Amino acid sequence: MDLRKIGDNAWEIPKGDGMRVPAVVYASERLLDGFRRDKTLVQARNVACLPGIVRASYVMPDGHQGYGFPIGGVAAFDIDEGIISPGGVGYDINCGVRLLRTDYVEADIAPRRKELLAAIFREVPAGVGKAGVTKLSRAVLEDILLRGAEWAVENGYGRAEDLERTEEGGRMAEAAVDGLSDRALERGLPQLGTLGSGNHFLEIQKVLEIHDEATARAFGVQAVGQVLVMIHCGSRGLGHQVATDSIEALENAFGVAGLVDRELVNAPFKSDEGQRYYRSMAAAVNYAFANRQMIAHWVRRVFARVLGGDEGMDQVYDVCHNVAKVEEHEDGGRSRRLVVHRKGATRSFGPGRPEVPAPYRSVGQPVLIPGSMGTASFLLAGTAEAGALSFGSTAHGAGRVMSRHEALRRFRGERIRDDLAGRGIELKSTSWKGVAEEAAEAYKDVDEVVRVSDEVGLGRLVAKLAPIAVMKG
Amino acid sequence: MERYRTLPHTADGKFQAFGRTLEEAFGNAALALASLMWDWEALGPRVRRTVRVAGIDREQLLVKFLTEVIYLFETKGFLLGRVRGLRLRPRGGGFDLEARLEGETLADAHRLHGDVKAVTYSDLKIEEGDGFTVQVVVDM
Repeated sequence: MDLRKIGDNAWEIPKGDGMRVPAVVYASERLLDGFRRDKTLVQARNVACLPGIVRASYVMPDGHQGYGFPIGGVAAFDIDEGIISPGGVGYDINCGVRLLRTDYVEADIAPRRKELLAAIFREVPAGVGKAGVTKLSRAVLEDILLRGAEWAVENGYGRAEDLERTEEGGRMAEAAVDGLSDRALERGLPQLGTLGSGNHFLEIQKVLEIHDEATARAFGVQAVGQVLVMIHCGSRGLGHQVATDSIEALENAFGVAGLVDRELVNAPFKSDEGQRYYRSMAAAVNYAFANRQMIAHWVRRVFARVLGGDEGMDQVYDVCHNVAKVEEHEDGGRSRRLVVHRKGATRSFGPGRPEVPAPYRSVGQPVLIPGSMGTASFLLAGTAEAGALSFGSTAHGAGRVMSRHEALRRFRGERIRDDLAGRGIELKSTSWKGVAEEAAEAYKDVDEVVRVSDEVGLGRLVAKLAPIAVMKG
Repeated sequence: MERYRTLPHTADGKFQAFGRTLEEAFGNAALALASLMWDWEALGPRVRRTVRVAGIDREQLLVKFLTEVIYLFETKGFLLGRVRGLRLRPRGGGFDLEARLEGETLADAHRLHGDVKAVTYSDLKIEEGDGFTVQVVVDM
């Protein structure tokens, strides 16, 4: 494939072959090697062929092969001429990350980390086939789908100030439930307030390094050794069913002829079918916000019970990693409303944007990048440059480089637990097999991903975080 | 005859299922999917469920059929152990599928070892040669 270097850590696949715009890839030579080994670049080129795409089809530094769109893919479409695609959002709609700060330091936690982890494990349901503790009626579920984290806060899960520190205020107002199938609702009913499995986790972390003190302070992060809590999960079976149903509905409406990849099926954004998907997706986004809101509440409750207080446990932020949203962006000297798809990418809005909550508006939004299980995670700040570079987006995590199959062949869950314990990290999981599948070696080097993000200007490195205790579904 | 084979896939689960007929290959695909989550061979026919789905083509039909296995697991705790009487019928430009699924209901005695969340069209193939082969990638 014709790939030209256009800057440090920046590459371009020039327009050609039915592409409406070029594809732009942000990666170091080393990360790019990974992109060349799978279908990341082909998928980025396919996205560049979709109707109404603006400026470029982007790949973030953690890119890898996905379904239709690459993971780490960002694509913006004209609101009138462009499309919306479930493949540009992914199956786990609003898979995302929430970060809580605390007033505790490592020394407060270290001796009690086993007890703390066991208590969180009892409080937060996790693992395959595990139902939530909250019994919901369908009417309440529909309310949650429309109101997201707002519903959770009104019903005693967390604090009102959490909402302004959540992307979209914890609620996409465009949500509607009339496009959701009975199956989607049925899958959603038992799973609200559950962590799930796979790469989802909950970690008690400590601040390992601070790279920008002023911004860290604005985010509530004051010192190395300070304890934080990171929650990584999404919209569970409900989101997956919305994606599956929507792909089918679009296939039935528009057919599949002419699609190079059926996962690229799409609809004009303003068509009935496009709007139905967008509103249903927004409902799944709200479900995920409510889910993380409830889990955060339980974590605070455990800290209060075990350690005696949760006063300082303010939310730093909550970000979506899989979403499509209508946003204003500068393009060619004018402001345009675009449908921005981020699939395995994080919004990274810089200072001044109205979407950035007031306490952070002078420094840019917090960007949360989880590492793989038991490795470092990162706190970044959104930048003004990211607007021009990637419609205000950056990476979302590490990205797998090894199959689960290969990871199972090479690693043992119990051994990983012992290794982590040797480094002072407590691990508890519902499945040793799941732990082996999520071994750190099965993932890309997240340090490299963050370094490139920082150097290119997609997101500014603020702090590096390390786990103290890990709960895996 | 080998029923199915799981294949390495970086991010998720991938398998090929085989059959002398397309029906048999679809049934074996459902067992391959089940094998990613539980030991279907250990299950008896304690619970029976009938599944009916329609698709505009064979690919959509397969995705919808396999999604039913996930749906029945997540919402009814149904663990598939055997597929019986799977029938495909052309209808309009597409197909109808009906199958009787046998298995058990999730209880403490059952161990789960994986979580399949969605069935994708990625690398999905339905091939006819000496019998049928279907290839599926699932989101885990």
